[in-house]
This record gives sequence, C-alpha cells and structure tokens, in this order.
Amino acid sequence: MLLGPLELSSLTQRDGEIMGINKDLIAASSTPLVLAILAEGDSYGYAILRRVRELSGGRMEWTDGMLYPVLHRLERLGHVEARWKVVESGRRRKYYRITRSGRAQLAEERRQWQAVDATLRGIWGALSLGVTAGHPLPAAACPWGA
Amino acid sequence: MQDPGHAVSIEEQIDQWRSYLRRRQAIHSVDVAELEDHLREQLAVLLDAGLATDEAFLVAVKRIGNLDALSREFAREHSDRLWKQLVLVPSDSGGLQTPGPKDAIAAFSLAVAAAVAIKAPLLFGLQLDKDAGFYARNVSLLVLPLLTGYFVWKRRLAAGTVRWLAVVFVAAGIFANLYPFVPQGSTEALTALHLPIALWLAVGIAYAGARWRQVEGRMDFIRFSGELLIYYVLIALGGVVLTGLIATIFRAIGIDVRPFLGSWLVPCGAAGAVVVASWLVEAKQSVVENMAPVLTRLFTPLFAAVLILFLGTLLWTGRGIDIERNVLITFDLLLAMVIALLLYSASARDPRLPPDVFDAVQVVLVVSALLTDAVALSAIAARISGFGFTPNRVAALGENVILLVNLAWSAVLYIRFLRGRGSFTDLERWQTNYLPVYGVWAAIVVIVFPPLFRYL
Repeated sequence: MLLGPLELSSLTQRDGEIMGINKDLIAASSTPLVLAILAEGDSYGYAILRRVRELSGGRMEWTDGMLYPVLHRLERLGHVEARWKVVESGRRRKYYRITRSGRAQLAEERRQWQAVDATLRGIWGALSLGVTAGHPLPAAACPWGA
Repeated sequence: MQDPGHAVSIEEQIDQWRSYLRRRQAIHSVDVAELEDHLREQLAVLLDAGLATDEAFLVAVKRIGNLDALSREFAREHSDRLWKQLVLVPSDSGGLQTPGPKDAIAAFSLAVAAAVAIKAPLLFGLQLDKDAGFYARNVSLLVLPLLTGYFVWKRRLAAGTVRWLAVVFVAAGIFANLYPFVPQGSTEALTALHLPIALWLAVGIAYAGARWRQVEGRMDFIRFSGELLIYYVLIALGGVVLTGLIATIFRAIGIDVRPFLGSWLVPCGAAGAVVVASWLVEAKQSVVENMAPVLTRLFTPLFAAVLILFLGTLLWTGRGIDIERNVLITFDLLLAMVIALLLYSASARDPRLPPDVFDAVQVVLVVSALLTDAVALSAIAARISGFGFTPNRVAALGENVILLVNLAWSAVLYIRFLRGRGSFTDLERWQTNYLPVYGVWAAIVVIVFPPLFRYL
C-alpha cells in the first residue's frame, strides 16, 4: 500500500504546526464519527482511523491510541460488538460491528449534531462577515466552548 | 520486504514496546494485542512508503501516542481494572498466563475429595464428636495429602518425589495411629499440634517442586503459606455467615438443621476450603496485592513498640516474670510471631534496596524480642528442674531454643546488613534454610516424644 498524500501531510501536522481541531470537539465528535464509520461496514482500529483521516481531509488528527478507549466504551455501552479474527498475515485483529442500539445512538447523535450545526449556521449567516477562510476563528476563544 | 536483519531488530523493538505496554495496569494483554496489530499495520504502511525500519518504528510508536496519556485514557474507560480483578477462567484468549478451567476443575475435585475424606472415617464408625482424639491426630492427614496431590498434579512432579511424599504421609499415618496413646494425654495433644507442622513441610516440597533447593522456591512457599492463611480466614468468615444464615432460615420453618451443619457442612467445608484457598492463592498471585506483607508493615512497628514498653516496664518496676505453667508457650508464640513478621517483610522486600527506616524498626523488634525471651528463659531455667520435665514443657523448651537460635542469628545478619557489611540475601537464605528445622523438630515430637514419655 502506498503512503497517500494524506498520510504524509499528517506526519507534519502531528506536532500541531498546522491548524487542528480543538481537543474537546474531537472528543465530542468521536462517538458519532466512529459509529457512522462502523455503520458503513465492520472495521478495525487502524482502518477506522484511516477513514477519519480521509473524511476530514487530514484536518481531524487523532492520536491513534486514543481511538481504542473510545471503541471499548462503545463496546461496554453495547453500541458496538467486537470479535477477534485472524487476517491473511496470520495476525489476530479485533473487528468491531455496530449493533442495533449503536444505530439508534447514531441517529440520536446525528439529530443533536444537526441541531448544533443548524444553530451555528444561523449565527454564521447573521454575521455573514468576519469569519473567512483566511482567518479561522481560534477554537480556544469560542466563548461557548466552555 | 525488508532484509532479515532488519526484521529481527524490528521484532525486538516491538517486543520491547509490548513489554513496556504490559506493565500498565489499565491496559490488559488483549488491548496490547489490539494496539500491536495497529502498530504493525502502521509500520507496514510506513515501510512501503520507503521509510527506514527505525524511522518507521519511531513514527508508528509516536502516532499511537504518549503511553502515559494512553494508559490514563484506558484507566478512565476501564476504571474497574485499577481494582485488580481475579480472572479465574479467561473469557478470551488474549489473557495469557491465567490458569485455565482445567486447573479449576482439578482444584474443585480435590476439594470435594478432601470434604469426603474428612467424613470417610465414618465408614469405620469413627465420629467427629465422639472420637475427638482420632480426629485431632488425623485431621492434617485427611486433608493435606489432597492439597499435596494438587501440587503434584500442577507442578508435574517427578515420580521419585511423589513416591517420597507418599512415604512421608504413610509414615505419618502410622505414627499418629499405631502408638498406644493414653486418651487425652499430653503426647497425643503434642502429636495433634506437631503433625500438621511436619506435614506442611511435605506440602512445601510439593509446592516448590524442583525449586525447593533454592532460596526463591522456599520464599515462594512462605509467601504462599501467608496468603493461604489470609484467604482461609476470609473464606471461614464467609462460611460463618453462610452457616448462620442456613440455621436461621430453617429455624423459621421449624426445622433444626444444626446437627447437619455441625457434623457435615462445617467439617466438609473447612476441609474443602483448604484446597480451594490454595487454588485461589495460586490463581491470583499476580492479581491481588499480597496481604501478608501489608499486615507486617502495619504490625512490625506496633509489636516493636509493645516489646520495648514491656522491657522498659520490667526494668522500671523490677518485677520478675511470673512463672506459671504456660509461660513458656506464651513466649514461644511471641518469638514465632516475631519470626513471622520478619519472614513476611523479607518476602516482600527487594533484596537489592539499601537499608531504610523500616529495616531499623525490624532490628529493634528482633532485638527486643530476644531480650524479652532471654529474661523469660533465665527465670524459667532457674526453676525448670523443680517443675519436672513433662512432655509439654520439653516440647515448649525445644521450640523456644529453635526460635531463639533463628532470631539471634537473624539479628546478627540484619545488623550486618544495616551496617553495610552483608547483603539482605544472607538473611533470606538463613530464613529459608531454616525451614526444614521446624519440620524436623515437629517430626521428632511426633515420632520420639510418645515412646519417650510413655504415651502419657
């Protein structure tokens, strides 16, 4: 497999030189994101991260290891179920699959995120200036972030 | 693919990383396996992209993230893991080194066998309450062979050792039952007390197996014995609650089950619990903090303070020790307690560490125990001939000498260690080498004392 531009760029992004997304936002969005990726089909840790990178165009940088506690929490809550499989290389790999309650949770998360998104859209529209691509709003300065 | 030289070095690096990860309490070996799969896939991608092995490894490890942060995150999700849980039968194959169900089956079968064995004398008309003498002499013979059997099975002992152990148990059975003891005499009581001690040495030989000749093997047996005692006491507490509850609920419907409880449930449970507790100690070794050393940490300073206070009072008031019949046994118990404190703090100590305050407290404890015992012995020695040499007194005196010798030399070794002239291992070796002395003395009491004192 070739190292795509995404992978290479994320190497440089790692130390936060290039803009990233606020840690809290990453954490908050991890549940719907992981559930949605699993709703596309069964997957495992590394592939989920690759998909996140793909989807976000490299803007959402997760510390790889941190995905696993998230998966384990979803497993404990019954939103996903896990199972070990032996892959071609002979290694054992833990695959995750979304459950019925996971799909329900995903729908609920989706509703909430859409509400947040719609609200923000409203105010972005009202401001309609100030926030341009060249001047990203510093996430830490968001007053409602806290 | 990379050349084999590289492959080896990367495997070594992964091994190192894995063992580093395994030390994290919150990250279980299943998770390590999952993270390792991730690491390997990441590595493969990076290597394919043309990174050198070392570079690829560094990048891949860095991407997984800071291990402290990661293990904190795991701990947050799996906070239960910080409370070490006893996993007897692993639910998935990720957990290595845990005893399998075979072990549990063997332990429970032997526990049932022990419970049956304790009631087996009923076939010969011997009853627990009516034949107390028989039971007092034989209770260890009914239970300990099964516990030994468990370790014989578990350690896959050589046929030679097994035969030797069998000879010991058969001989013990002969000495305990063929001597014409005077009912309720002293020698019978002494046999009842000393046979378990002698046989416990046989259990130790089975427990340590080939490692019996090494300091570590015997130290493990000491640790095992301490933990077993604690587990047994805990199980007994549970048993008391259970029997109390059974008796009460059945009384509520007008049925008195106490005779059944007294002659069946309690003795069978007590016998089976020995094997079950041993199995639990074996299964949990690395799971639960060892309790015995924790207790010694708590009680060593307290015992030292009490002994110093006692010696001080003795000197201040000028009182003599009131020599009555059981005073020797009291001081034997005191010495045994001090040795136990010494043993269990030694069992948990890293011998490579330099001496610290706790070691000084330990020396104070040992020296004050020696002084106390010396005072007692000198008071007794003056009058022992007047008391006459009964079997009890000779046994108690012998034990006092054995414990005193142990403690005196321990004090010398400990002080040498404190002054930097010796290593802590010397003390450990002395204690572990001394173990057979207790067993041999107990065997002498069982074998020689009854004929010597005409079975009184």
